[in-house]
Amino acid sequence: METAFIITILATAIQAGAPVIYAAVGEIFAERSGILNLGVEGMMLVGAVSGFIVAVNTGNPWAGVIAAMLAGGLLSLIHAFLTITLHADQVVSGLALTIFGAGLSSFLGQNYVGVQGPQFNPIHIPVLSDLPILGPILFDYDILVYLSVLLIPLSAYFIHHTRPGLHLRAVGEDPATADVMGINVARTRYIYTFVGGVLAGLGGATLSLAYTPGWTEGLSGGRGWIAIALVIFAFWEPWRAMVGAYLFGGVQALQFNLQTIGITIPTYFLNMLPYLFTILVLVFATGERMKRHLGAPAALGIPYIRGER
Amino acid sequence: MTPTPSSSSHRLPRLSLERRLTSPWWLSWVIPIASVALALLAGALIIASQGVNPWEAYRAMFEGAFGTGYGVAETLVKAIPLMLAGLGVSVAFRMKLWNIGAEGQLWMGAWAAAGVGLFLYPAWNLPPWLAILLMMAAAVVAGGLWGAIPGVLKGVLQVNEIITSLMLNYVAISWVLYFVDILWRDPGGLGFPNTAPLDKAIWLPKLTWIPFLPKGHRVHAGLLIAILAAVFIWFLLNRTKWGYEVRVIGENPEAARHAGMPIVRNIILVMILSGALAGLAGMAEMAGVAHRLQRGLSPGYGYTAIIVAWLAKLNPFGVLLVAVLFGGLLVAGDQIQLTMNLPRSISDILQGLILFFVLGGEIFGRYRLRLR
Repeated sequence: METAFIITILATAIQAGAPVIYAAVGEIFAERSGILNLGVEGMMLVGAVSGFIVAVNTGNPWAGVIAAMLAGGLLSLIHAFLTITLHADQVVSGLALTIFGAGLSSFLGQNYVGVQGPQFNPIHIPVLSDLPILGPILFDYDILVYLSVLLIPLSAYFIHHTRPGLHLRAVGEDPATADVMGINVARTRYIYTFVGGVLAGLGGATLSLAYTPGWTEGLSGGRGWIAIALVIFAFWEPWRAMVGAYLFGGVQALQFNLQTIGITIPTYFLNMLPYLFTILVLVFATGERMKRHLGAPAALGIPYIRGER
Repeated sequence: MTPTPSSSSHRLPRLSLERRLTSPWWLSWVIPIASVALALLAGALIIASQGVNPWEAYRAMFEGAFGTGYGVAETLVKAIPLMLAGLGVSVAFRMKLWNIGAEGQLWMGAWAAAGVGLFLYPAWNLPPWLAILLMMAAAVVAGGLWGAIPGVLKGVLQVNEIITSLMLNYVAISWVLYFVDILWRDPGGLGFPNTAPLDKAIWLPKLTWIPFLPKGHRVHAGLLIAILAAVFIWFLLNRTKWGYEVRVIGENPEAARHAGMPIVRNIILVMILSGALAGLAGMAEMAGVAHRLQRGLSPGYGYTAIIVAWLAKLNPFGVLLVAVLFGGLLVAGDQIQLTMNLPRSISDILQGLILFFVLGGEIFGRYRLRLR
């Protein structure tokens, strides 16, 4: 009974963490380039709904994934255009994107609420999936979960050990110097804002095609914002974002499973857990950051205009 | 992905920006109007995608919101919470505090006011005018305390207020729904999750004396509260030493620090004031319109208030005006859902589009664009 419960919690945590990993890593890319995009929630919602719609109409969940990524990416380009080309305030533009995305997703999804669609199912790996304990914890997920795990080392390597990763960091830390070095600041920022949108869209698709298959209004339930919080918690490092995402997943898992072991807290209070947890994590991370003098990318949120400042 | 610096600048004509030293007087009018017009044009494409003639939809929206006495009254009803919450948001934004928790602060205000109206008022046998004042006070306190949480975290621990204030929205709504659905649920409510109605004597009175509005309209005294609040905020920000501090801290924190202004204390105070105003918005909606606590009390007024505050350039009287326009947009959204079978989310989409275009348009006031 006890082990079964722990296994359920761990397995649910990893599953629930996947959509947040995508969104958080996407935001890490955008913020590393200096662009704060608070539209993650909106991009996730639009990704979730467009992924679901395309999957239903084509019968192919992969087509849905691609549509979701495109939708998230396209939406992020609005933010990119406003903030990079027109130097609009990044906070307000991101908020606008979230409001717009929420409206657009409920508009697009109006005829899809409650519809059954194709979904990604757990992949059964012979032998491994059947192992006791390890099987359900490590080898019983759908493909999107495995890809989210794979994304972590890939993105960490990209950011720290490749040339484009170096340029990305340069643009986010000191765009004027990067510009002098011949890096196209605006283009770099466009690219990574777009990457952020693509990954947020993928996170949305992970919700609507795998984790909670289907579409309901406001499906992401604040996960986009939680992803942004995790980026701060993670000090802009993918590895730490993964830890944060699984912690969040664990809280969600507890939220769903506490009642099965006889702890009866009204669901209203259980529903607050992920959000309270996020605040707590943020407080903790901010304290640690101050102590260790770890900073955000130095140019985060500041428009770059050649010859000014 | 490797940048090729010289080649890219020759392929396309480059947009370059020149800061304007002076801007012609008409520019500050033309730009926002043109921006909204373009936003509506973009919205027209989305409406057309539903097979509905966008011009007819826009005409129906305008007539629904402003074309009849009933429409104008409903527009004002929806504008009231937007005014109060918008004022709250604008005070925080003045100090570059991104309080996006107005929605939760509004719910907490409505909750506290409902507690006073449903329980204290009958238990203590209060005179109705006092009960109404107490409901307002309770909403101010509850909203203010809810706003104080991200304020203290920001001021003392430097925790990002955008995320904490937003997270608290979800917490607040869960909290209130617990009372609506369970603790305070009206047993005679025919299965609807809401509390019992407030006693009629403590409803916010209807402003029956407003001319031109049809009989039986729902515009209530919250409108006066909002107007008074705007005057109060204007006075506070522009005519007091504290308001001066708030504006300096917002515009130039470095200078404020050198001048020895108490930044931490002011962060917390501003967040309390901001939350208190949003709390009043919740009280007004609860005691003036719904007359009970219920699910769906706010269709996201706290989020729309952010747009209202920004479009009003954080000017308190501007907030009143823009709130009326956005109140109209909400009414129009309901209207076209009924008459043209368009989803209500059109009005959310238009809100986002208007903000996009106004944001994008702002640059033309500050810079001259040159194609080279």
